[in-house]
Amino acid sequence: MASSSALALGTAGRDTASVKSRGPIITMKGIKGVAARVIPPLVVLAVFMLLWEMLCSSPTAGLPPPSRVVTEAWDVIAHPFYDNGGTDKGLFWHLAASLQRVALGFSLAVIAGVMLGTLVGQSEWAMRGLDPIFQVLRTIPPLAWLPLSLAAFRDGQPSAIFVIFITSIWPIIINTAVGIRNIPQDYRNVSAVIRLNPIEFFWKIMLPSAAPYIFTGLRIGVGLSWLAIVAAEMLIGGVGIGFFIWDAWNSSHISEIIVALVYVGLIGFVLDRLVAGVGSLVTRGTSAA
Amino acid sequence: MAHLTLSQVGISFTRGGKTSEVLREVDLTIAKGEFVSIIGHSGCGKSTVLNIVAGLLKASTGGVLLDGKEVNAPGPDRAVVFQNHSLLPWLTVRENVALAVDKVFRGRKSRAERTEWIEHNLALVNMMHAADKRPPEISGGMKQRVGIARALAMEPKVLLMDEPFGALDALTRAHLQDSIMEIQMRLKNTVIMITHDVDEAVLLSDRIVMMTNGPSATIGEILTVPLKRPRRRLDLVEDATYVHARAAVLEFLYARHAQPAVLAA
Ligand SMILES: Nc1ncnc2c1ncn2[C@@H]1O[C@H](COP(=O)(O)OP(=O)(O)OP(=O)(O)O)[C@@H](O)[C@H]1O
Ligand SMILES: [Mg+2]
Repeated sequence: MASSSALALGTAGRDTASVKSRGPIITMKGIKGVAARVIPPLVVLAVFMLLWEMLCSSPTAGLPPPSRVVTEAWDVIAHPFYDNGGTDKGLFWHLAASLQRVALGFSLAVIAGVMLGTLVGQSEWAMRGLDPIFQVLRTIPPLAWLPLSLAAFRDGQPSAIFVIFITSIWPIIINTAVGIRNIPQDYRNVSAVIRLNPIEFFWKIMLPSAAPYIFTGLRIGVGLSWLAIVAAEMLIGGVGIGFFIWDAWNSSHISEIIVALVYVGLIGFVLDRLVAGVGSLVTRGTSAA
Repeated sequence: MAHLTLSQVGISFTRGGKTSEVLREVDLTIAKGEFVSIIGHSGCGKSTVLNIVAGLLKASTGGVLLDGKEVNAPGPDRAVVFQNHSLLPWLTVRENVALAVDKVFRGRKSRAERTEWIEHNLALVNMMHAADKRPPEISGGMKQRVGIARALAMEPKVLLMDEPFGALDALTRAHLQDSIMEIQMRLKNTVIMITHDVDEAVLLSDRIVMMTNGPSATIGEILTVPLKRPRRRLDLVEDATYVHARAAVLEFLYARHAQPAVLAA
């Protein structure tokens, strides 16, 4: 997947000049639907690249222009899979390590968040007791948890996962609770008449009924996770895209940072689409997303 | 023999420190296989009576006996057809019925028997053609039919219906009334139905329970409808018994227990 987006990226970068002139021809050929969606962002991208190229091509500029980014970081772009041991690995491995941490931390947050959200949504007393505490805790910036978790776990890996967990759990809890509170009384009456036990009620009524809300929470959560992991990895080191960026900065490889940022953005976008896609699949299009 | 007995049922709600008595001393005895309607002005407490029988609400005083056993929780022996159908929108028509059937008959019927029973009940309300559609994709009348199939599929001792046709247009309503009459003739269910509609009450019921206005509403009068079954709505238009019963209910509702002007607004 990383390699295919690398290709797409390369094309977008190199074909910028011809995109503009080819645009009208494609429209004339009649694939208007696709063209209308694809061409505007490509045009904007091309204009942006041109501006960037012009503004940064003077030798005194602080940032390299796109053409220099590609030539300088060509090693990083062309060889995402190399592995020389230690932290000297290709971009793919750094991204994979970050994604793995997000997957683990986010999964734990989903399980705990849905359970706590159900509790808060279902019980008046749990809400009164927990909600004010959650409202305070959720405003703590993700990185502020890092020293505390490093102190507790004495290791970077679990600390990073904990930061992901604690960052993404709040929107999941809060949205799940709202979803549970909004379950219509009718559904509760139906399950009372057929005598569903609490476990059946949870799986057959609560989860599907609250699913659109839960997935809204998951989408916010996964976005925050991705924001937090890059920052956390800059501090904890080891393999990971955050570390890669920090390492590139320390060695003044600005072009590599730019390439890494493009990947971070694209993957963040894919994660968001992925959760939204699963959501609309699970809720069969009724999702609030 | 008394099948279902409400004795001295009363209920009060407390809201914001203020207690209001909604029902007082409701006494009603229903025989097996009887079709009873409850009619009364809006807000008098009809749904409350039904919910107490269903076990969804707890009476403050008195109680309900079904076959000699006290009712104190909801259960499939008192299946409810809710006013707004209450189908689960993420399940297909078939799955909605299956949820109830699988839960109620687990251990009593094999999987194959349950599947067959689900199909049977969908066929009973003529919904086989849309069995795999989801509630948002079917019409209001169809949803109500599925709600009825789901309730019937539980083989309830008493079928409780809260204004089952209230939200439907006149033609669909007439069609479903005929279906209900026909099904009830075949299965001999005991039915309690709430309605606003005088013609519906007279057409379907063996007895019509007329409630006084709240607060502290109670049963004002019970009218027996001595019409033979099967009943056909066209034959009844000029039937003396029908016309008489209809007049009696109208007289109760609009002459003796007219809705207070405040509520009518
Ligand atoms: N949970 C509750 N808490 C407080 N008051 C309630 C509650 N449920 C019902 N009531 C009150 O009891 C009265 C009767 O309500 P109910 O729903 O039984 O009326 P209804 O006869 O079914 O009316 P409609 O024909 O409009 O459905 C109403 O005045 C209502 O405000
Ligand atoms: Mg009502």
